[in-house]
Amino acid sequence: MPLAPAITDIEQLKDNPILADLLAWRADAVEGARFDRDELTIFVAREAIREACSRLKAQGLIDFMADLTCADFYPREPRFELAYHLLSMKRKERVRLKVRLSGDEPSLESIISVWPSVNFFERELFDLFGIRFLGHPYLRRIMMPEDWEGHPLRKDYPVEGYR
Amino acid sequence: MGHLNSNPVLDAAEDKTMILNMGPQHPSTHGVLRLLLEIDGETIVRMMPDIGFLHTGIEKTCEAKFYQQIVPLTDRIDYLCPMVNNLCYVMAVEKLLGLEIPPRAQWMRVLLAELQRISSHLVWLGTHAMDIGAMSVFLYCFREREDLLRIYEMVSGQRMMTSYFRIGGLALDPPLGFFEKVKKFLDRFPEKIDEYENLLTGNRIFIDRLKDVAKISSEDALAIGLTGPSLRASGVDFDIRRDMPYCGYENFKFKVPVRQDGDVWARYVCRVEELRQSREIAKQALEGMPSGPTKADAPKIVLPDREKMKTQMEALIYHFKIVTEGFAVPAGEVYHAIESPRGEMGYYIVSDGTAKPLRVHMRSPSYANLQALPQMCEGRLIADVVAAIGSIDIVLGEIDR
Repeated sequence: MPLAPAITDIEQLKDNPILADLLAWRADAVEGARFDRDELTIFVAREAIREACSRLKAQGLIDFMADLTCADFYPREPRFELAYHLLSMKRKERVRLKVRLSGDEPSLESIISVWPSVNFFERELFDLFGIRFLGHPYLRRIMMPEDWEGHPLRKDYPVEGYR
Repeated sequence: MGHLNSNPVLDAAEDKTMILNMGPQHPSTHGVLRLLLEIDGETIVRMMPDIGFLHTGIEKTCEAKFYQQIVPLTDRIDYLCPMVNNLCYVMAVEKLLGLEIPPRAQWMRVLLAELQRISSHLVWLGTHAMDIGAMSVFLYCFREREDLLRIYEMVSGQRMMTSYFRIGGLALDPPLGFFEKVKKFLDRFPEKIDEYENLLTGNRIFIDRLKDVAKISSEDALAIGLTGPSLRASGVDFDIRRDMPYCGYENFKFKVPVRQDGDVWARYVCRVEELRQSREIAKQALEGMPSGPTKADAPKIVLPDREKMKTQMEALIYHFKIVTEGFAVPAGEVYHAIESPRGEMGYYIVSDGTAKPLRVHMRSPSYANLQALPQMCEGRLIADVVAAIGSIDIVLGEIDR
């Protein structure tokens, strides 16, 4: 089963109800889309992520926030790519929203008001990647000790730690 | 402690609450979980879980390993069902590679994943009942779990950290006598479940401790990220095995137990019923087990058989290449989710085209399920916390990673 090439053309992907809805809502918030290995990824503008999530929730297109995580593409800029894995239990479909963040004081709006379940996930990203979530009521380290220096999952942090 | 209380009480006469520290060595927190309880007498006003005591940086370690070297690390995430974690990881990598798995390997995976679900639920049932005060159930459950551990040892050489599922199939074909042993276990298992139920389901004290305790509605459960049996006990009928099938689960017939009450009792009933359903699936997998190879035909990815390595030059070269420099995985990203005994277990892997992953993230079900605990317990008594922790079946290994 050879891999099919990824589709990155938004025009070809417009049939997807989630992408279509986001485009109809605010076309400028959608920075791109990719369909690769049976998974749809939508790149959303940093400023629009909370509103995009609450829009998808209000429209009934998404009913569950499964996962939030991040990947560090250091030394490339923008360095961080946040991945919001959303699930529609009703339509049995998954979608990934991605936000690109620069390495210079990375911050974006928290979506905790839309889905309280991201609480621990946002704290984890704050702890291990040093990403600030504005509007999170309790943004503190969750894995590492309170007085730890640095953010271990960043690529410029050595695997063995600083000695 | 100031952060626990956002409105500090200035008037001493008003200050009626105290802070109680539960864990991280408390026996009924199922690991090293620390709970900060703000209590008014016996009633919990506020609760805050404190985690991270078992943090070993597995996700960071993964970035420094070849893809095949990560399989043993995934065992250590959730040590009660290592094969389910293996399954989720190897399926994610196979999706990245576009690798087709032979049917026999798939059915073996389903069979073992369901046996793991049974053994994981047995640990849950034993410890949960012991927390409530029913000591003997623990011994009964561990008796059957021991049989299952022997089965895992037979097939993989290890009782707990099995690493049996590999990228592209299985480590080895199952040994002689394996299927008979599994069949014997599955044949006598239903009467063992009846035995547990005789001890618990009609037990007055057990019912009183569980019914209407730590309730959570379906809306709240979805909002807070609850998955698995805990979510189904709140009335949400969703099981990834049935609704978004993977690894050939579409070939199996089974019921998904759902309860509407959302209390500890409902979660207990759901899981006990899952024991029976898992046994059904395992039985179907055993009866319909196809013959054929257990490894995909991909010499550059799957390690060759030992015999071939000793007789064929290419096999030896491939073996040397895979072990010393790994195999390159085409660039891309996948999120693969499966139904672990605790809920949605998801692996998010980003590849940059080299032999080592750029990022491996584990979406562990316990991590999200734990967030529901304060909501379940606030306003209730301290004794109910113990019942509530047992009912969401957390494993601290996969919370802290």
